Amino acid sequence: MRELGWRSETTEHPFKRTVSSVTPAEVRDAAKVMVAPLALIGKVGRRDEIVSACPAARALGINVGMAATHARALVSDLDVRPAESEADAALLDGLAVFGIRRWSPVVAVSLPDGIWLDLTGAAHLHGGEERFCQRLHAFCRRAGFTARIAIAETPGAAHALARYGREDIAIIPHGGVLKALSALPVAALRLESGALGAARKFGFETIADLLPVARGPLARRLGLAAIDRLDQALGGKAEPITPREDMVIPAVERRLLEPIGTADAIAQVMHDLLKDLADVLQRRGLGARSLRLCVLRIDGGEQVVAIGTSRPIREVPHLLRLLKLRIERIDPGMGLEQFRLLAPHTEPLDAENLGAILAGESTVRDPARLVDVVAGRIGPQAVFRIAPVESHVPERAVRLVSPIETTGSWPAWQRPVRLFTRPEPLRRVMALLPDQPPKRFEWRGRSYTVVAGDGPERIHGEWWRRNGEVWAVRDYYRVEDKAGGRYWVFRRGDGVAGETGDLSWWMHGVFA
Amino acid sequence: MNPASSHPQMGVDALRAMATPLADYRIMPFGVETLDDRLSSGGLRAGALHEATALTCSLVDDAAATLFLAGIAAREARAAAAPVLWVSSRNDLYAPGLEQAGLGSADVIHAQPRDDAALLAVVEDAVRDGTPAAVVAEASKVSMVATRRLQLAAAEADIPVLLLRRHRGRDRDPLADLSAAWTRWRISSAPSERLGVAGVGRPRWLVELARQRGGEGFSMIVEGCDATGRLAVPAVSGHRAAETAGPVRRAAA
Repeated sequence: MRELGWRSETTEHPFKRTVSSVTPAEVRDAAKVMVAPLALIGKVGRRDEIVSACPAARALGINVGMAATHARALVSDLDVRPAESEADAALLDGLAVFGIRRWSPVVAVSLPDGIWLDLTGAAHLHGGEERFCQRLHAFCRRAGFTARIAIAETPGAAHALARYGREDIAIIPHGGVLKALSALPVAALRLESGALGAARKFGFETIADLLPVARGPLARRLGLAAIDRLDQALGGKAEPITPREDMVIPAVERRLLEPIGTADAIAQVMHDLLKDLADVLQRRGLGARSLRLCVLRIDGGEQVVAIGTSRPIREVPHLLRLLKLRIERIDPGMGLEQFRLLAPHTEPLDAENLGAILAGESTVRDPARLVDVVAGRIGPQAVFRIAPVESHVPERAVRLVSPIETTGSWPAWQRPVRLFTRPEPLRRVMALLPDQPPKRFEWRGRSYTVVAGDGPERIHGEWWRRNGEVWAVRDYYRVEDKAGGRYWVFRRGDGVAGETGDLSWWMHGVFA
Repeated sequence: MNPASSHPQMGVDALRAMATPLADYRIMPFGVETLDDRLSSGGLRAGALHEATALTCSLVDDAAATLFLAGIAAREARAAAAPVLWVSSRNDLYAPGLEQAGLGSADVIHAQPRDDAALLAVVEDAVRDGTPAAVVAEASKVSMVATRRLQLAAAEADIPVLLLRRHRGRDRDPLADLSAAWTRWRISSAPSERLGVAGVGRPRWLVELARQRGGEGFSMIVEGCDATGRLAVPAVSGHRAAETAGPVRRAAA
């Protein structure tokens, strides 16, 4: 669109919202403000204090450190919940373990609300530091967290910038730490509360105020720990990150005196390895969800076979049976001399409560073993249960789910036992409009005379799925022909209003 | 003194017991007297291979054969409180329809192998595992050797294996092949009872036992599975049988 008599540049449509006026982040924040204000309280000393407040609550004047009763008096509909610091720590720990597997081998939790990632030598794997930050930020947003990320030369500086910096994502170039830190408040240096109070008393507001002061007097006033923190942040003192250790994968190994090559011998070694592994797993209270067997040939070639289970398990005969299915995939060559069995995926497996069984209540047999056996033969995606979906449209009423999931049931409408993936068209249909079953129809080149029919069962289109289904109607009839075959046919349209369908007839399934 | 001559009555009883075929295996009765009476051991043997096929290669007969097996499996699943494994290479089975024969979503685990060879391996593995209450398999090409293996595995694990033999061509009878199955059935759908009002009555099937071990074949019309997988005998034929019998007619007069 051009505006006449003005510049010749194209301009945006006046009613179209410009992109820059409201950023998506603001829209999100606005949405956050719309929800009820939320604050977490925890015991600090002997009184209940606000330990965290959401943006909506902060906008209403609720600050961290305020007494809980004060906050409640200020905002009557404040949603106050107890702070769960243990759960926070557990969440951070889980995130750290995730980080070890995804982002960097050295990850540590920095309580109460942060994580350190050692990106040295790992950033290029994620497409550079900037790109990594954006991806990490997007990941946290998807997971439902508000994240602030800082990358700096020292952990102390990154810690300070992530909490007190101006930007959500701050990347400090090499040698820029001093400049980036100098504007931050003293509290950014992870000081003790006593040292913070002293700093306030002596008029140290920002880190820049601390820098010109002679170190001796400073140490006397703020304590030696404060100097250490300052040095750590500026890189004068080393501060290694103690990494969170990922769980060690349970593994057992057998080296053979003589190389072996027969299936029986391999099965025997598998049995021995599984017994060892079961001991390891039992000591740790774990069950294996997947096993990997690495076999070393005498010519140095390594072969790997793997199995998976649907439930955590450490039962040797069952695992052995699954592993034996894989023997044929091992090529022994000149002979195999070393076997390593790993359990890369394990889950807790503890004692079960047998009360119900001892009391004589009958329980449904656990299908997990059966599922493993069949999945080991034809692949895990070929074993499934069929679960209900809340939809009246017949082809949408089913979905495939994992075979160990529990499922519900369908409503008791008459349904055929075989349903065609695509309904097949019927020809030369004789039927009375609007609601009579057909008297005669032709299907797959044969003509059928109907002697009885039930219906219609009217199924409306799901208008929320797509526009074409807004008015669509299917009238289903269950009809029986002269020979005794029972069919499920439907007509598009309700026979009255034209927009509900074109009155064509279709075969959708067969009853027994 | 000879014990047999001292207790002649007991000796005769013992001899009679020895003469009658003793079923030392578990039986799954249909719960329909007229059907069970004509089976050699008063019901289907639980640990055995049973085959069913559609009488013609039409889809409705195939559906009837499917539900016939589903009903047997459903009753067994309820008795054993264990899931049924349904192995089929095709995906046109409609689970809500199966539920109406008593096999709910929670009772069935489906397996979908690529071909018949994998299918038979899966069935045998599952039977040897011993977890499922019954295994239903849909296959078209099953050799004599394969059926014998299945029969032996089923007998060992005491789990019924229900094989739905699918038609491979218009005029090839699947039951023409040799098989070690305990019973072989041909099922087709039959016209239902005409109701007084417009509508379709309870489905009826023509059930034909082509072969059973230790018994004669027969064919009869039954009413299809109800929601728990039980068959029934049509009321009309029972009524007619009662009418032809003299004393009953006199009692009614």
